[in-house]
Amino acid sequence: MSSENGHSLLSGLGSEVLEHTSVKVTKCYQCGKCSAGCPLAEEMDYPPSMIMRMLQTGNRDLEEKVLRSFSIWVCLTCEMCFARCPMSIDIPKMMDFLREKALKQRKASPKAKEIIAFHKSFLDSIRYTGRLYEIGLFADYKSRTLKILDDIALAPAMLKRGKLNIFPEMIRDRKGIASMFRKTVKKNNN
Amino acid sequence: MTLGFYPGCSLKGSSREYAESVLAVARAFDVNIQEISDWNCCGATAAHNLNRDLSVALPARILSLAEEQGFEDIVVPCAACYSRLTVTGHQLDADASLRTRIAEINNKEYRGTTRILNVVQMLDKYVTPNLESKIKTPFNHRVACYYGCYLVRPHEILKFDREEDPQSMDDLMLKIGATPVDWAFKTECCGAGLSVSRTSSVGRLSGQIMKDAHDRGAEAVVVACPMCHSNLDMRRDAINSFLGEKIDIPVLYVTQAIGLAVGIDRKELALQRHFVKVTI
Repeated sequence: MSSENGHSLLSGLGSEVLEHTSVKVTKCYQCGKCSAGCPLAEEMDYPPSMIMRMLQTGNRDLEEKVLRSFSIWVCLTCEMCFARCPMSIDIPKMMDFLREKALKQRKASPKAKEIIAFHKSFLDSIRYTGRLYEIGLFADYKSRTLKILDDIALAPAMLKRGKLNIFPEMIRDRKGIASMFRKTVKKNNN
Repeated sequence: MTLGFYPGCSLKGSSREYAESVLAVARAFDVNIQEISDWNCCGATAAHNLNRDLSVALPARILSLAEEQGFEDIVVPCAACYSRLTVTGHQLDADASLRTRIAEINNKEYRGTTRILNVVQMLDKYVTPNLESKIKTPFNHRVACYYGCYLVRPHEILKFDREEDPQSMDDLMLKIGATPVDWAFKTECCGAGLSVSRTSSVGRLSGQIMKDAHDRGAEAVVVACPMCHSNLDMRRDAINSFLGEKIDIPVLYVTQAIGLAVGIDRKELALQRHFVKVTI
């Protein structure tokens, strides 16, 4: 199936997508419904249907562009593309795979720095307590991105409304959660 | 039978009024409801964006706990948690090797014996049968029911309501005397997980939603998801600055609207916790 000439039915990254997610990029016939319905398409470097096409070509340079794209990170997994795809191609599932791969290969778009920092801060918060600790998440996110002033006015307004816990909620089985993270996240180095 | 309750992290913090109103409605309808003991975060967007096994292991642990604790039904009011738990259950049911791998990671078995209900399904099952007789003040308002993403998608797995133009919340609102408006943004995304890391996108996406609700004459937007709520309510300044106008329509949880109709005290429904003042 895979070949170097870029003209096979499915090669390289497209075949990896198939292997890991059962998503067949070759099924896409470029109707463009995913891009038309995608709420983030206008903020993407390549809209979803173009990502599909780039993967269909099997061209190494285009695959590299997919992994380095901002599109895969600004995708919200809202699932609209999948809902409307006439071929029922699970694009969101493919996006999850592409994100994980881009991260592992250190190819994540620099433009996605804040988005990735937020995800990492989120996971770090639950790694240690089992649940999300919102103040901890904000503090960690700010330290990763140096976006110190963003949303600074929100905290007192949230506190006033009883929407922020000062202390984290700790679950009892924190060892179980720590072990879960060791067996999953750590081996992937993220 | 005791109904298991998975609040998820938002309902313990920034969206605690959702939990408060779910529990208040449960009390008013004598529903025996109990939190799943020692539950963990479902991992939300962060986990499935970064690591597949973790994104399955976290919800799987919750489902195992619910089984161990003997719950036949659990209600998951947060639409995002509901989606994560349901999708995980579906994946584990369909893939024996994944089930084995996750059992090893979690040191817990998953049998797939617990039914996962979203808030609308819970209300339909436990509240609707007695709803009509309990209404004290019909909720006589024009409402835009906003379903967002995770309550209805992916339909192949959730098999809940229609993906385009869902009706379940509209039906509930009709039952309490409200008039649901016909509008175009019922299942458009609010920006969800980008709330903090890309607030500008949320201003645009949630702005379009609020503008349509406003243009169709809605007096309130009714939601069933804490992320939708915080984006439409807490991010109203970003929304209004995107729109260049001031929209002050409140955003209510579906349980708060029902609570008002059956005469539950406004404080008990925690309406005072919203950013946009609830004047209806």
